[in-house]
Amino acid sequence: MYTSHTKADKEEMLKVIGLEKVEDLFQCLPEQGKFPALNLPDGITEMEALDELQYISSFNETTQELVSFLGAGAYNHFIPAAVDSILRRSEFYTAYTPYQPEISQGTLQAIFEYQSLIAALTGMDVANASHYDGATAVAEAVNMAYHNFRGRKKKIVLSPAVNPQYRGTIHTYMDGMNLEIVGEDLGPGSNPDDLIELIDENTALVLVQYPDFLGRIFDLSALAAAAHEHKALFSVHINPISMGLLKPPSAYGADIVTGEGQPLGIPLSFGGPYLGLFATKDKYVRKMAGRVAGETVDTQGQRGYVLTLSTREQHIRREQATSNICTNQGLIALASTVYLSLLGKNGLQELAKLNYHKAHYAAEKISTVPGFAVNPVQPFFNEFVVQCPVPAGEVNEYLLEHEILGGYDLSQIYPGMTHELLVAVTEMNPRSEIDYLVAVLEEEYHD
Amino acid sequence: MTEKTIFELSRPGRIGIRYPEPDVPLADLPEKFLRKDLPLVEMSENEVVRHFTKISQLNHAVDTGFYPLGSCTMKYNPKINEETARLPGFSQIHPLQPVETVQGALGLMYETQQWLAEISGFDAVTLQPAAGAQGELTGVFIIRAYHNSRGDSKRIKMLVPDSAHGTNPASSAMSGMTIIEIPSDKNGNIDTERVKAECDDTLAGLMITNPNTLGLFDENIVEACQLVHNSGGLVYGDGANMNALLGIYRPAEVGIDVMHFNLHKTFSTPHGGGGPGSGPVGVTKELAEFLPDPVVAMISEGDEETPAFYDLVTPEKTIGRVKSFHGHFGVVVKAFTYLISLGKNGLLDASTSAVLNANYIQALIKDVYHIPYERLCMHEFVTEAQWDDAPGIRALDISKRLIDFGFHPPTNYFPLIVHEALMIEPTETEAKETLDAFADALLQIADEAKNDPEILHNAPTNAPFGRLDEVKAAKELILKTQLPENYGKELS
Repeated sequence: MYTSHTKADKEEMLKVIGLEKVEDLFQCLPEQGKFPALNLPDGITEMEALDELQYISSFNETTQELVSFLGAGAYNHFIPAAVDSILRRSEFYTAYTPYQPEISQGTLQAIFEYQSLIAALTGMDVANASHYDGATAVAEAVNMAYHNFRGRKKKIVLSPAVNPQYRGTIHTYMDGMNLEIVGEDLGPGSNPDDLIELIDENTALVLVQYPDFLGRIFDLSALAAAAHEHKALFSVHINPISMGLLKPPSAYGADIVTGEGQPLGIPLSFGGPYLGLFATKDKYVRKMAGRVAGETVDTQGQRGYVLTLSTREQHIRREQATSNICTNQGLIALASTVYLSLLGKNGLQELAKLNYHKAHYAAEKISTVPGFAVNPVQPFFNEFVVQCPVPAGEVNEYLLEHEILGGYDLSQIYPGMTHELLVAVTEMNPRSEIDYLVAVLEEEYHD
Repeated sequence: MTEKTIFELSRPGRIGIRYPEPDVPLADLPEKFLRKDLPLVEMSENEVVRHFTKISQLNHAVDTGFYPLGSCTMKYNPKINEETARLPGFSQIHPLQPVETVQGALGLMYETQQWLAEISGFDAVTLQPAAGAQGELTGVFIIRAYHNSRGDSKRIKMLVPDSAHGTNPASSAMSGMTIIEIPSDKNGNIDTERVKAECDDTLAGLMITNPNTLGLFDENIVEACQLVHNSGGLVYGDGANMNALLGIYRPAEVGIDVMHFNLHKTFSTPHGGGGPGSGPVGVTKELAEFLPDPVVAMISEGDEETPAFYDLVTPEKTIGRVKSFHGHFGVVVKAFTYLISLGKNGLLDASTSAVLNANYIQALIKDVYHIPYERLCMHEFVTEAQWDDAPGIRALDISKRLIDFGFHPPTNYFPLIVHEALMIEPTETEAKETLDAFADALLQIADEAKNDPEILHNAPTNAPFGRLDEVKAAKELILKTQLPENYGKELS
């Protein structure tokens, strides 16, 4: 039981209040509709609840049981046991927003360390305490750029190779702002430099993904320069694991870096909760939405941390706030902080390389199967497009019969890409799984 | 009590986790894209675990003590929920798997939608919004889409009571609405005369919290909803205070058209130090076609031989998506576990006890602490923490002094319409002895405020930290560890 009152407790409490029965507490509610007869079952015991949830979960086939090459925005990575061990500390998970810093230094220091790590990872000056996920972080980047120019610049140049769900979220968020969003109709085969001619004086933001949704890595220098030439902001969305290997977006001159933090120790969990990374340059710190923790001292001179810059936020600014955001992803940000602390500089490099090598091995082997091809020209990180001899959906169905989650069928997003499969490979795929995938493909699609 | 940061604990060469050697041939690295420096930390696993364990102990949390933070519903977070959300069948499934392979997850989501609809009286529910504020944003987008779909795009005026959460006006502004603030009347209800004055053909809707942020069931809500409906507007309900109403009153009954739930408040999922939350949105039948993409639908009912079949479907006139994938599924599993554990009777008992507890504390302290709108409250109440014979004492001082007694302070300075507000929400999961001890502490503090105010000004003295200098933090703006110049420069 999660409540403690005995019958005697209740009677005593009602007496203090001056009422006879608990129903009297609700005397000011309209009579009609009060105490509705809900069509719901009665409660069950903990034993029964666990049994029920185990039963429901048995209808799902997990990435543990299947061989998975599915990515497309959510990645199957190893999570060290220490991460969940810290998350299960109820001093962390049963606390709330650190409004009272004297008794919230655990949460505040964790946020401060998270901000420090994300700034270091992205090469940026400053990071906030996180957004809900990659999609909303990207939408907040658009929102920030819009407000940075006080709504005077109305154009967003958006790469078609940004995750389609993020692009969808941007459209939903910005629908009331009369923005012109261009670039998406260039199609997935285009390069970042193809966006350059779309940039003009009216452009508030140029937004790309790196590695992009199709896994490709491009040099972003020319695009960044073109954005800055027209006084637009340049925003880059990253996969954080790739930062162990690749030049950070700051090297290209990014003004904003966003990312989906899920690969940093967060379980797949059917799509959430995940983590929205958001970092920027010092000069935009007051334009950035979301919580921020800052260092200070207490009355005894001890170093400590508080939430700061709150005058930007909705609880002070109300309708003048630039965003309605009022939380961060507290516990999920903590998970990524513990994860990055464990991996550190050496672990993240090692992991990024492992992903890179495995993905390249897989790409090479898959291209040896008759009818299958991987574009060998453009560098990629841990995800790549496979050209199939038949519609990608058919390949996936066939692979699932062999307990393989083949990849993401790109025709769901890009109507022209009927035969293209987006395949992700991580450290969770031993060589034997890659070889199995190739063998299964060869069995069906031999000459 | 200051703990070093991970950067200060870091030592070159320490390893926290190792990965297997590559079992594939090494590919050429893309030289021109390679990173030259990576200024992260280097720590062993033991050092990492000890560090985070130590700093965790600097937190007050529901599991360590009473947390009567008004408007946040800091109820106990059942441990079974933590186990069920971590079952491999839920935690290790990819959001883009073929639906045939995730029927359990979709079924659980469908059932949760049904439970929330039944509790609230709405016809359809989306689980996609990530938190309450995003639920609000979703709701306002739905209201806008509804008007636009009827060619009624001049409706851009949103009425928001002065007692509302700050997210209400901010969410409306984000969707391009003009905000009109509506005052509260002398009884703490919404001023219907002022609502009436704004009812014209530019009215998009009204955002209202019920019980309101004073903890009172708004006695004018039915009339206010009717006024808005009669002029073609819609009513948004902020469901932050739903913990007062489970099995007691269904928000749709009073005329609310769209409302968000906070699974992390009402349905016991942990607050996690500020997230992840989950903010499902319920709507009436006529708004169901505008819900975010996708929602879970039951395609075929099951029978004894075949289980039901569920799918993700796109509502006909959807506003689009508000985040990636299907919402905070892991949080939904916890809330669903809570729902079926409590059931109909348990939910009613939870809300009844929450209201009983709030009224009990109010009764114990009301002779000393002024209650600006004194009547029976719902799950929380607001007091005005100031006395003529205790000049210089503010709500903040009382809050900090409560820390010395081992309690988390109530929400202070909210709602904005009450001076020196202390907003107290005990929740149903607290025992009578805890409530008694808390009331005793408040009474003792009131006495100190008049006779020994320095104790309050200096509080807390019994916490790991004294008051922190927020002005310094805002002025100096140190937002990350300051690293030495060449930190992390050389990469192996």
